[in-house]
This record gives sequence, C-alpha cells and structure tokens, in this order.
Amino acid sequence: MKKLMLGNEAVARGLYEAGCRFVSSYPGTPSTEITEAAAEYEEIYAEWAPNEKVAAEGAYGACVEGVRSFTAMKHVGLNVATDLVFTSSYAGVNAGFLIAVADDQGMHSSQNEQDSRHYAAAAKMPMLEPADSAECRDYVKLGYKLSEEYDTPVFLRLSTRISHSQSLVELGEREEFPAKPYVKNPAKYVMSPANAIRRHPVVEERTLRLLQLANSDRINKVIKGSTKIGVIAAGIAYDYAREALGDNASYLKIGMLFPLPTDLIREFAASVDKLYVIEELDPIIETHVRALGIACQGKELFSLMGEYTAGDIRTKLLGTPSESVYEAENVPVRPPVLCPGCPHRGLFYVLNKLKVSVSGDIGCYTLGAAAPLSAMDTTIDMGASISMLHGRIKARPESAKTTVAVIGDSTFIHSGLTGLINIAYNNSPATVIIADNSITGMTGHQPNPATGVTLKNQQTNAVNLEEAVRACGVRRVRVVDPYQTEELERVLREELAADEPSVVISRRPCALLKTFKRGKPLMIDPDKCRRCRMCMRIGCPAISFESGHAAIDASLCVGCGLCKSLCKFNCME
Amino acid sequence: MLNIMIVGVGGQGSLLASRILGTLFLSEGLDVKLSEVHGMAQRGGSVVTYIRAGEEIPSPLIPMGECDVIISFEKIEAARYLPWLKKDGLVVVNDQKISPLSVLTGAAEYPEDILNKISEKGVKLVAFDALSAAAKAGSERAANVALLGAASREIGFSRESWENAIRNTVKPAFVDLNLQAFEIGYQHS
Repeated sequence: MKKLMLGNEAVARGLYEAGCRFVSSYPGTPSTEITEAAAEYEEIYAEWAPNEKVAAEGAYGACVEGVRSFTAMKHVGLNVATDLVFTSSYAGVNAGFLIAVADDQGMHSSQNEQDSRHYAAAAKMPMLEPADSAECRDYVKLGYKLSEEYDTPVFLRLSTRISHSQSLVELGEREEFPAKPYVKNPAKYVMSPANAIRRHPVVEERTLRLLQLANSDRINKVIKGSTKIGVIAAGIAYDYAREALGDNASYLKIGMLFPLPTDLIREFAASVDKLYVIEELDPIIETHVRALGIACQGKELFSLMGEYTAGDIRTKLLGTPSESVYEAENVPVRPPVLCPGCPHRGLFYVLNKLKVSVSGDIGCYTLGAAAPLSAMDTTIDMGASISMLHGRIKARPESAKTTVAVIGDSTFIHSGLTGLINIAYNNSPATVIIADNSITGMTGHQPNPATGVTLKNQQTNAVNLEEAVRACGVRRVRVVDPYQTEELERVLREELAADEPSVVISRRPCALLKTFKRGKPLMIDPDKCRRCRMCMRIGCPAISFESGHAAIDASLCVGCGLCKSLCKFNCME
Repeated sequence: MLNIMIVGVGGQGSLLASRILGTLFLSEGLDVKLSEVHGMAQRGGSVVTYIRAGEEIPSPLIPMGECDVIISFEKIEAARYLPWLKKDGLVVVNDQKISPLSVLTGAAEYPEDILNKISEKGVKLVAFDALSAAAKAGSERAANVALLGAASREIGFSRESWENAIRNTVKPAFVDLNLQAFEIGYQHS
C-alpha cells in the first residue's frame, strides 16, 4: 500500500519497520512529528525526555542493553546532545542506534541556521541524508544496518523541507528485531582514557571502511543525463537541482554525507564537462571536492544562507530565468504573534510597564520581544535566560533591581534548573520568572515533565515547580496569575527589590489547549472609547484601532478580559 | 504537472483542504508532493502549503511563476503570493480580512482595494465569502472545502472523484456538510 506521509512520519514508519523498540526525544521544530508518529506504534516505547542530552543518553542506553533505539532533535538540540554523541562514537553500539537531526534552512522556526553536517565529520560518525519520504523510511532501515555492521551510532540528517513535506511511501512489514544479549564489556563501554585511547584507532579504521562503502554505489548514486553539466547534491538540494535541470545534467546524488566518497567523485567529475556542487548552507561537499584537487563551482554561485529554489538554480546553470508573471502587491508583513488569550501577554505587558531589561529564552514567549510589548532584550539558547541573568548581575550588581529572566516551564526543565542552581549557589539577588503555561507550546503542545502526562497520554509523576525551585536553594517563591496584572506588577516590584534570589511563577494554561475555557467575546462601546490606546499596548490580534477607535473582532476574542482590566473608561463589555 | 498553493494565516486550518487534494490526486494515480508549515508561523503568521501532482514530482516546492491555482484564506495573503502564479493561473480567495498586528496598531494600512488591484493585473480571480458559504452548509469550519469547490473546475477531474476524496478524508458525520459547502463554492466559479 502506498501512503502519503510527512518525511517525519516516514522516519517513524522506518523505525517501526526496522524493529526499533525505544524512542526518546525532546520536541523541536522541524523534528517533533517523528517522535509523535513513533508513539502511535504500540510496538515502540516512545517518550519525551526533559532535553536532548537526556533523550540521546536514554536511547544510547537502550542500544547498549540490546534493542534498536532512536532519538530525534532539531539542529540546535544536537548542540545539547553532543556530549553523548562524540564519545558514543568511540564506544560504538550493541544494537543499532540512530540520531536524527533536522536542520532549518531559512530559519522558519529557529534561532540560527547552523549546518549540522559539520558534526558528522567532527564526531566521525556516518550521516545519511534522504531526499524524500520514501528515502526517509529506507535510510532509517539502512542506518540500522550500518550501525550494527560498522559498530557506530549513525546520524540521519533532515531539513525542514524534507521533514515537513509529504510524498509517497510504499508501506512494508515490521521486521522484529529481538533484543541482543547484554554482555559486560568495559574495554568498549567504559571510556576512561586508557580504554578510549584504544577505541580511537577503531574509529579511524571504521571511517576507512565506511569510505569504501561511500565509493560503492550502495548509497551514493550516479543518475545519468546530459554530461555537459554535472551536479553533486544531497537531500532537498538534490530535489531542487533535479527540478531545475532535469535531464540537462548528470547527478551524483550523495546519500551518505560522511565519509564523503573520493573515487566516486573523481570518476563522476571526469565524466562531465562542468562540475557544480549544490548544497544549502556551508560548502561541506564542495570543500571536500576541492581538496581532491577537482575544479568545481559552488558557493561563488550559491548563497551560504537560506533556502535554494529550483528557479534560482535554473537561472544560474542554464541561463533561463524562472519568471514571475505577476508582481507581488506591496502588502503589510504578517509575522507571528501571541494568540488572543495568551497568558504570556499579561506578563509582558507588566514587564514593559516596569521598563525592566528582560533576559529571554526560547519558546512562544519569545514573541514577547515584538512591538508593542517589546519586553525581551536577549534570546540566545535554551536556558540562557537564567544563566545570562546571573552573569549580568555579577558584572553589574545594581542591574539586579532592573533585570529579570523569563523562561517557559518546558524550557526551565530542559536547561533552566542548572542555571537557577548557579544563581542560588553563587547568590545572585536575581528575579527569575517561569512562564508556566503547562505545556510545550511553540512546537505544538507536547506534554513535559511538569504537565503530569506522558507522550503516550498516560498520567504520571509531575515536577512540582515550586518545590523544585526551593530545592535549588531559592527561598522566595511566588505564584501569580498573569491575567491579574496589578497583582503581578506588585509581586514583581517586591521581588526585584529583594536582596536574595527569587522565582515568580506566572501560571496560566495556554489558551490553545482544549481545556481552555473560552469566554464570551468582549465588545467595545465606541461612544465610551476616549481613544487613549491603552488596550493597544498589549498587542492583541483581536483588538484594532483602524476605525479611529478601539474595536474587538468577536471571531478572534476569547474573552480573557486583559484589555478590560486595563481600560480606564469601562468601554469593554 | 499540477501546482496548487493554499495560503492564509497560521491557525486558519488549511490542513483539511490539502489532505482532500492529496487524496484526490492519489486516487487518480498521480505522484504527489506536499509541503506544509509547522512551528512558529502557525502562531498567526503568513503560512503556505504547496501541493503538486503529476507523473513524477522532483521537489515539494513550486517555483515562482509556475502555480496553477492559489487558494487563499485571506485577502492580502493572496496578493503576497502572486509571483508564484503562472500566466492565466487562477486565484480563489476568501473575501475575509484579517489584519496583521502592524495594521491593528495603525502602523500600517490594510489595502482595502486589494482584490481590485489583483484583478487589474489581469489575474483570473474568484472571490467570495467562504465563511458565509460554509455557514449556509452548516458550519463555518467547512470554508476551506467551499474554497476547494470554487477551485475544482480549474483543477479538473470528475465531480465523482472530488466527492470521493471528500468522503475519504472528512469524518463520516461531516461528509454531507462538506459536500454541500463544496457545491456552494463550485457555484461561485
């Protein structure tokens, strides 16, 4: 049976068919749906872990114990998990172990555009890159074979346009993979210096054997067309090139990004008149080709940034521009916004009013940086809000009175706890706000350890944030409802004034949750409106000022009442 | 090759429309590729879904100037993606205005005459209030299927194929409602 599947769903299908039994991940766009889809298969144990490092370590543990295991993450999630990655590359596997990493060319939903292919060479681990959903499934199965045959963890590199595109997959049967016996083997798994030094040559020798595989036609394939143009490409860039050039070119489609082939590239280069390397982001394949002494064109034609298009490739290589017939109308941009009823809105309104500097973090609440709330000064990585606040206060002690950290509940558990321990241990009189909406919001409502529900929708132990914070050594802990802006303002003033570390939990569930009780939409009486624009300060998409006075769009308003609480003239009903 | 884009505002729910199209093309024995937006843009940002069908589809994205039909859930979103439309392509637009934040705050202006501007370019345009059309059929939530109905003549295939695609995609309880919304949309084309 053929089925239309997201690349991410196809990866999960591959896990199912390959007999994978253990999946652990932390959500991150564009990788999230892999783990959600894997959880749909009864045969697979699947979970959300607190962060990518814990997830990868759990999955590696399962592989050492003897079952095929898997973890998925976005590109920046891999930065968190690399501690496990680099050394597990030395220790190798028992049953197969796959790590999927999804890059986000074009930064549709990310804070940077890093090229995770660098990690494959750095960790000396094979990396496969599929170009459509069918290959996503196939490469998972291939990945497990390589992992076991070559005794190595294997990367599966995805990107937004592969993960979030649907194409056809011919469904196969599950092949049961019985657990291998666990055998104690400290020389392989205890990576003390004395043992690790003996594993390093194993890794180098493994890479040489993998190179032979790369030079065969098992994974990297030549697709013959016109020999006037030769293109080396992988993944989505191969798709664009194929669309742009069709049979006007021959292709060396790279399926394994590390180690890259040598002889195969030499042969291919010799068979074409002009060689191009087409790869989004960094010139990784191109640098390799040039190091082989082969002339090619790549980054002098194509950008180091963003996504490529078939039209652009066609223009540059064939000289036939892909033309727009109709010009775009100059219309206002539409960036994402906090939803109507979003609990973060009240918090950022108060922070804006207090004119504090906000050390921010990663999540829906990063949207609090946008006007008119404009209440975020920094956003760098998961957990940095708290750790950076500590540094800022130590660097300039008086900033403790004018600076706060804002972090979501899921992000706090991901990597805020250690930062908070540092604040308590090294005694910064910091004010940390946990924006607790009871869910991992931006990635599409995944439960987290504070939610009390598992990925498989079972009730479980929940982290009690107040107790966790106290256990870190913070004595001042306050809980406030962000819809109650006056109280929130009072509490924040008190905590900013306090001379010891404090945590304010701004608690209200996400307004998109099914359990959210939608209130009656509010109406504005235009006769009462004095045009003070107070209600415009909260940046609610349901309130407009287009007709010269405030007005509420009843189809968007969820009746949260935040605007009403701010209106001095009682316009809202 | 058939190239269709569904554009709108994150959260409007374009997923059902693209699923119906996917089911339709599959039942016609075509290769299909579809590209969606997840993550941040879903929070009220501008979103686009690409749907392609044909003998062999190399890439999930539609190059500029090659889209047969743009189905827009919102007026200015239709205008934003015009460079993708091919010559004599069709734009089906829901006559609904959702102001971006810059317009709400008064920093930018919503171009009220945007549909006229699109027409003046010589673009084939079908505009109607799909929400009311769907409400007539029983629920505003079927607005996306009403828009599909309006695009279906241009996209092609038999009425039976379309109806089967709807039957095989939506929950049984909503089949009649959606078939009706489809018909109302079709009348607009």
